[in-house]
Amino acid sequence: MEPLLRVEDLRLYFRTTKGIVQAVDGVSFELAPRTAMVVVGESGCGKSSLAKAILRLLPRNTHTYSGKIFLDGTDVMALNDEQFRREVRWKRISYVAQAAMNALNPVIKVGTQVAEPLFIHNNLTKSEAVNRVVEAFQLVGVPVDFVDRYPFELSGGMRQRVVIAMALITSPQLVILDEPTSALDVLTQANIMNSLKRIREELELTYILITHDISTSSELALDAMVMYAGQIVELGKAGHFFLEPLHPYSQKLMASVPTLREDKDLEFIPGQPPSLINPPTGCRFAPRCPKRFTTCEKEPPMVEYKDGRKIKCHLYV
Amino acid sequence: MQDQVLISVRNLHKWFELRKWGFIHVGFVRAVDGVDFDIRHGEAVTFVGESGCGKSTLARTILGLYQPTKGEILFQGKKLQKLGRWYRAQVGYIQQDPYGALPPFMNVRRILLEPMVINRRGTRTERERRIREVLEEVKLTPVEDFIGKFPHMLSGGQQQRVVIARSIVLNPKLLVADEPVSMLDASVRVEILQLLRGVQEAHQLGVAYITHDLSTVRYFSERIFVMYAAKLVEKAPVKELISNPLHPYTQALLDAIPDPDPENAHKFKEVPPGEPPSLLNPPPGCRFHPRCKHLIEGLCDQEVPPEFEVKPGHYVSCWLYK
Amino acid sequence: MRGLLAALKEITRYPSAMVGLFILAFILALAAYAVITIPYGEAIRLWRGGEATWRYNPRTAAPAWIDYLTPKKLLRTVILGPEDAQKEVKVLSERTRRLIFTYTLDYEADVFPSELAVVFKSQYEKKPPRVEVIWRTPDGREFSFGRQIPSGKVHWYTVSQDRDLIASLRGAPEEVLFQDPNAPEKTLKGIHTITIKAYVFEPEADLEAEVVVYGTVYGIAGTDHLRRDIWVALLWGAPIALAFGLGASFGITISSIVFAAIGAWFGGWVDAVVQRLTEIRMVIPTLPILIMVGLFYSKSIWVILAVLIGLNLIESTVKQYRAVFLQEKRTPYIEAARSYGARHLRIIFRYLIPRVIPWVIPSFVLAVPAYVFLEASLSVLGLGDPVLPTWGKLLSDAFSHGALYHGYYYWVLEPAFLLMLTGFGFTLIGYTLDKVFNPKLREI
Ligand SMILES: Nc1ncnc2c1ncn2[C@@H]1O[C@H](COP(=O)(O)OP(=O)(O)O)[C@@H](O)[C@H]1O
Ligand SMILES: Nc1ncnc2c1ncn2[C@@H]1O[C@H](COP(=O)(O)OP(=O)(O)O)[C@@H](O)[C@H]1O
Ligand code: SF4
Ligand code: SF4
Ligand SMILES: [Mg+2]
Ligand SMILES: [Mg+2]
Repeated sequence: MEPLLRVEDLRLYFRTTKGIVQAVDGVSFELAPRTAMVVVGESGCGKSSLAKAILRLLPRNTHTYSGKIFLDGTDVMALNDEQFRREVRWKRISYVAQAAMNALNPVIKVGTQVAEPLFIHNNLTKSEAVNRVVEAFQLVGVPVDFVDRYPFELSGGMRQRVVIAMALITSPQLVILDEPTSALDVLTQANIMNSLKRIREELELTYILITHDISTSSELALDAMVMYAGQIVELGKAGHFFLEPLHPYSQKLMASVPTLREDKDLEFIPGQPPSLINPPTGCRFAPRCPKRFTTCEKEPPMVEYKDGRKIKCHLYV
Repeated sequence: MQDQVLISVRNLHKWFELRKWGFIHVGFVRAVDGVDFDIRHGEAVTFVGESGCGKSTLARTILGLYQPTKGEILFQGKKLQKLGRWYRAQVGYIQQDPYGALPPFMNVRRILLEPMVINRRGTRTERERRIREVLEEVKLTPVEDFIGKFPHMLSGGQQQRVVIARSIVLNPKLLVADEPVSMLDASVRVEILQLLRGVQEAHQLGVAYITHDLSTVRYFSERIFVMYAAKLVEKAPVKELISNPLHPYTQALLDAIPDPDPENAHKFKEVPPGEPPSLLNPPPGCRFHPRCKHLIEGLCDQEVPPEFEVKPGHYVSCWLYK
Repeated sequence: MRGLLAALKEITRYPSAMVGLFILAFILALAAYAVITIPYGEAIRLWRGGEATWRYNPRTAAPAWIDYLTPKKLLRTVILGPEDAQKEVKVLSERTRRLIFTYTLDYEADVFPSELAVVFKSQYEKKPPRVEVIWRTPDGREFSFGRQIPSGKVHWYTVSQDRDLIASLRGAPEEVLFQDPNAPEKTLKGIHTITIKAYVFEPEADLEAEVVVYGTVYGIAGTDHLRRDIWVALLWGAPIALAFGLGASFGITISSIVFAAIGAWFGGWVDAVVQRLTEIRMVIPTLPILIMVGLFYSKSIWVILAVLIGLNLIESTVKQYRAVFLQEKRTPYIEAARSYGARHLRIIFRYLIPRVIPWVIPSFVLAVPAYVFLEASLSVLGLGDPVLPTWGKLLSDAFSHGALYHGYYYWVLEPAFLLMLTGFGFTLIGYTLDKVFNPKLREI
C-alpha cells in the first residue's frame, strides 16, 4: 500500500543560549493510510517537536529544518510556506497541540473558535460553516448548544473535545494528537479514546498519537514508534511492541508501566534522558542501558527485525 | 501499635462560600461533604477520585490548613483544634507539583533547615546531621552534590525527593501525599512511589496517599478509599477492591483503566455517560445516580445511601447492598 | 544570593550592559575619587568659600582642554610671583629703600586676558610702602599706572577695574595693553616687561608682588561666576547624585514591597488600608510637596531625601507588587511552609519577598535616574542644597547667570552630560537586568 506519509531524515534543531538543541535528529518513517501510530517516549525526547516538524510549525529560534516529507507521494517540503499553509496544514494534516484545551481564547465562543480553520481555508458561507461546526460537535460528542458557550464554561473533557472538533472540521486525512488526554481523568480519558476510535473508523482517518502514557496509548495504537533523545529507537506494529518490546529502552519503558490487573514488579529507568544539546556519542541510551556492551560506543544502525520492526540497537545487528 | 488509630475523621465537612462580585452569596461549594475514616499507625491509605471531587480540600483540612465547616478530626484521640503548632510537626505534606512546592530561591540545605528552624529542633550540628540523614534516606547521594543546589537545577524526580525529605525531616507520624507523582514522568513515578513506600515502612508512618490514578495503588497502599463528588463511596483493602469492586462508580473507574494490551485498540469501553456533578448543587440522593446504570428509581435519586459493611472491612455507600 | 551573582555574571554577556557597567564604574570612580581627595567638610568649605578661596582663578573660564579644539590659542592664567621677578634694591636713605621688580611675560595667546591684577604683600610697622607699575609692551610702548599705597598685608590691585587707567587708556586695560595697535582685534605676541617700583620706609619693611594675568580657560572643567573650580562640583556631584538616586530608589522600593507583601498576605482590612493609602498617595503630588519643604523647612538634600522616601513609602508600584504577591501567596511552597508551622512574618519576609527580588532589581535600577533627575530639577528650581556642590546646583547657577546667553556652554553641558551619562548607565543596566531576570523578555 502506498504510504500516506513518508518522512525521511527529518531534523529540527533549536537555537538556545546554551547551544543547539537537536530535538528531532534524523527521523525516518512511513505511515500507511487509515492506521494509528502512537509515538511514545519520556517527556523531552522530541515528540512534540516531531509533530511541529511535520506540520512545519517552526518556532522563531529554529536552527535547522531539513529532511523530506511526502504526503500521498507529493513532496511537501518543496512547497513554500504560503502554499504549505494553504494546502497542507489543517486542510490535509491537522493538529491537536499539547495543552491546546488550555489555550482556547477565553473571550471567543467555542463554536466560533472551532470554525476558525474553515474561514482560513475554505471559502464557506456562514451557514455552511455553522453546519460544519454542528457536524463536528456531534462527531466528537459535544452537545450542539455548546457552540455559544465560552471556554471557561466547559469542563476539561469538553474543552478537549472542542479542540478535537477543531482539528476535524477541515476533513483532514491525517490528525496529529499531542497528549490529547494526559490532563484528564480516567473516565473522561476513556470516553475521549472511545470517541477517537469511532471517529477514525467512521471517517477513515489516520492518526499520529503522541503520548507518554503507554497504557492509554494502547487504546488507539496500531503502529508504535518509540523515541529516545530525538531519534526513533523502535518502530513497528503496536502488538509487537506491547507484548515483546525489543529495544532495551522500550523494554525498560514497558516494565515501568504500572498494571492494575496483574501483579508485576515495577522497574524504573535509572538516570535521566540525555541533554539534546550534546547528546552522547554512540548509542544515546548507553549511559542507562543494562545491556550495554563495548560496541555501543559506536552509533547503532537501524536494523530490521524478522517481524518487520525496525530497531536501533547493536544487539539486533 | 499497628492497630491503634492514628487519625480519625468524623463526619467531616468543608464548604467554601461562593460569592458573586465578592459579596453576593451564591451558595456553598461542598468540597468535602460528610467524610468518615480512620488511618491506623503505619498504614498507607489511598484516596482515589476524579479531579474536583474534593481530594485536595480533604488533604488540607487534615493538615489543619483549613478549618472544617463541620465534623472533627482526632489525632491520636485528641481534637485537632486543640493541638496547635505541635501538630504541624506530626504531619508531613507532599504536594503535587514538586517544583512549585520548593521555594525557588532557597537551596536544598535551606529548604530542609526551615522546618527545623521554625519548630526549634536541635542544635546547629544536629540539624546539619539530620539534613544529611534525610537526603541519604531519599537517595539524593552523594549528599554533597545536592545540598547546595537550587530547585531549578534538579530534575522533577529529584525535586520530589527533596519534597519528601522535607516532609519527613521533623519525624512526623503521618504523611499526606497529594498526587505526589502525577506531574512526574511515567518512568520516574515508580521510582518515587517505591521510595515513598520504603520511607513509610521504615518509619511506620501513616500515609494518606491521594491520587486520581488507580493504576499505581496496588504498589503502594493497604486500603483504598474511593471518593466521588465530595463523599467517600467505597472503602476496602487494595486486593479486595481491585478484584471485587462493589460500587458502580468504582467498577466504572476500574474498567476504564487500560493495561497496555494491543487488543484495546479493537474494543470499545463501556463508560458511564456524563460528568461528575457540580459541588455547588449536588444531585439529591446518591450523587452518582444521574450516571448509574443500576439506578433504583425512587430510592437512589431521593435518599442518600448510608455506608454498608458488605464484608468485614469492605464498606460501600450504595443502595444495591442494603 | 548565588542566583543573583550568577545573574550578574550573565549580564556581562550583553554588550549594552557592559557599556552600562562601564559608565557606572566611571561614575563610581569619580565619586570615590571625590570623597577621598576632597573630604565632605572640605568640599562644603570650598564651595561656600567665595572670592577669597578662589581669587587666583579667572571668572567663567572655559575648561582648558577647549584650547585643543579651537584654532586660536587661548590663555591659561599666568601668575608671576616673587620667584619670577628680578629684584633690585637701592638704598636711598637710612630708612628708605627702592625695590624694583621686573617680570617678563611671554605672551603667545590669541585672546586677551580676562582680567589683570597685581597683588602686593607688604610687611611694615607704621608706614606703608608706595608702589607703581610700569608696563612695557612687546612693541616698546610703556604705560605707567597704579601709583598707590597698598593697605594691609595683602593688597589686591585689580588693574582691570582701575577707573583712571581705563579712562586714560580709553579701553579695558587687559585689552589695550595686549592689543596690536595696528589691528585692535588681535593680540600682540611677544615679551611684556612689567616693572613694579616700590618704596619702603622702614628698615625692616619689605614687599613682594604678584602679577596675575587671568586666563580665559581653566583646569579640567572651567570656573563659574564666583571663580570656583567647577571640577569640584562635578566631582562631588557624583557621590551626591548616587547617594540620592540609590537612596531614594532603594528606600522607596523596599518600603513599597514590604507594604505590598503585608497587605497581600493578610488580606481583609489590612489590605484595604494599604490599598487606600496607595490611592491617596497617588493623588498627592510629590513635587509641590518637596518644593514646599524646600521653601519653608529645609533645603538640605538629606531632608529632601527623607521627605521623598517618606512620601513614597507606599508608592503606586504597591499595586503591581501586590498583584504578584497575591499570585505568589497561593503557590504550593507557601502552603508547604504553613504546613510545617511558619508564621506570618516569616512567610512574608522569608518566602514572599525573596520571590520578587529578581523581579524588583531591574525596576529598582531603572528608577534611579528619575530620582537623580529629580534632585537636579529641584536645584534648578532654586531648591538645591545651598551648601553642597551638586550637578543640579551647577545647572541652576549656570541658568541664573545666563550661561547660555553668554556662551558659557561648558557650564551647562558638563553637569548635564554627567547627569545623562548616569541616567544612561543605570538604564542600560536596568534593561539588561530585566532581560536576565524576566525570562519572558529573554530571547530563547
Ligand atoms: N522552541 C524551542 N526552543 C528550544 N528548545 C526547545 C523548543 N521546543 C522544544 N525544545 C526542547 O526540545 C526538546 C524536545 O521537546 P519536545 O519536543 O517538547 O519533547 P516532548 O514532546 O517529547 O516532551 C526538549 O529538550 C525541549 O526543551
Ligand atoms: N479555596 C477554595 N475556594 C472555593 N472553592 C474551592 C477552594 N478549593 C477548592 N474548591 C472547590 O472545591 C472543589 C474540590 O476541589 P479540590 O479539593 O481541589 O479537588 P481535587 O483535589 O479532588 O481535584 C472544586 O470544585 C474546587 O473548585
Ligand atoms: S546499542 Fe547498546 S547501549 Fe544502545 S540500547 Fe542497544 S545494547 Fe543498549
Ligand atoms: S446508590 Fe443507586 S445510583 Fe447510587 S451507585 Fe448505588 S445503585 Fe447507583
Ligand atoms: Mg510534548
Ligand atoms: Mg487536587
